Amino acid sequence: MTGMIKAPEGPKYARIMGVGCYRPSRVVTNEEICTRIDSTDEWIRERSGIVERRYAGENESVLDMASLAATQAIANAGIAPDQIGLVIVASITYPYLSPAAATQVAVRIGATGAAALDISSACAGFCYGISLASDSVRGGNTKYAVVIGADRLTDWFDHSDRTMAFLFADGSGAAVIGPSDVPAIGPTIWGSDGTQIDALGIAPSFLDQRRDPVNNVPMLYMQGQAVFRWAIGEMASAAQEALDAAGVTVDQLDAFIPHQANNRITDALIRALKIPDHVPVARDIVTMGNTSAASIPLAMSRMIDERQVQSGGTALIIGFGAGLAYAAQVIMLP
Amino acid sequence: MSEDILAGLAAIVNEVAGVPAEDVQLDKSFVDDLDVDSLSMVEVVMACEDKWGVKIPDSEVKNLKTVGDAVIYISAHV
Repeated sequence: MTGMIKAPEGPKYARIMGVGCYRPSRVVTNEEICTRIDSTDEWIRERSGIVERRYAGENESVLDMASLAATQAIANAGIAPDQIGLVIVASITYPYLSPAAATQVAVRIGATGAAALDISSACAGFCYGISLASDSVRGGNTKYAVVIGADRLTDWFDHSDRTMAFLFADGSGAAVIGPSDVPAIGPTIWGSDGTQIDALGIAPSFLDQRRDPVNNVPMLYMQGQAVFRWAIGEMASAAQEALDAAGVTVDQLDAFIPHQANNRITDALIRALKIPDHVPVARDIVTMGNTSAASIPLAMSRMIDERQVQSGGTALIIGFGAGLAYAAQVIMLP
Repeated sequence: MSEDILAGLAAIVNEVAGVPAEDVQLDKSFVDDLDVDSLSMVEVVMACEDKWGVKIPDSEVKNLKTVGDAVIYISAHV
């Protein structure tokens, strides 16, 4: 006799309950960067807005940074680590293909036994994770999830490449997602354009490296202008769609927290979206550089810590990068 | 026609990079004379594409060294 399958049932809404972050202690100034590339502090500031960034210590791993941010987010959410049922790590710099970083983070943070997976959506990874975690909570497959963006990009670019050495850095940020009585995470507007594989990524493959370990070391590559064009052209539309889907206007925003890719991209998005002057805009890149999947939760943590935003406020978040993948949501700040 | 394009381009360069419109002349180099950097150039190109409905691929952008180069390209493709 065929059995009747019981489907999971979850709460109607999910929310971000708390965020956390980890900023490595080593500050790297533009002056130090310019000892390795032919550039100037002025050029770097004009092109990116970056004044300094943080580099992880030699033995400070993606797992270390991810676990510290997650632990802080769980404490801020006011729950116990063993209540976490799902751990998602967004990273493109965890140097193992298997097992997933999330399995190790789960153990370190005291969420042993939690479901655990990594997502490789690069700078869009955190917003992808928010979508997956929110849907898992609302679908009834987990009560509390932690989404962590953690990247140690300094292992993966050529420090003498003047187009990248000033831009990328290390860090982590995390958010705990749980049930909510009110709508607190709007619809996710997401997508990708895989035809632009040449614009941004890490290559060659690990198999290529095995064949020629000297010449085939996998490293970040980037066509800055192609990424910039895509970001300021397409991301304004995606962000606007996320606002429309959530039923929120730019005037009603309490914060705009785009991926901290480059202040010039942020400036262009502000102009295109017509974000009013009274809306605080994340500028964490100035002191953190571009930290890929970590940049949005890092920036959000700063805005909360510095009281630029209030709990319950409405923020537009959008991640975009290699893929070219993107995801945007309107969220209620914890 | 070219004069209209020059005037439109001058307005765009002014808006994107803050360069006085009257400085945007045919013989001026975007980078060397007008201080329009590569990222601002991308914004100028995208604004031109919107305004005149032309396609200016990344591979062409590097050939547009002077204001005149851009006016000729747009005139030929509009």
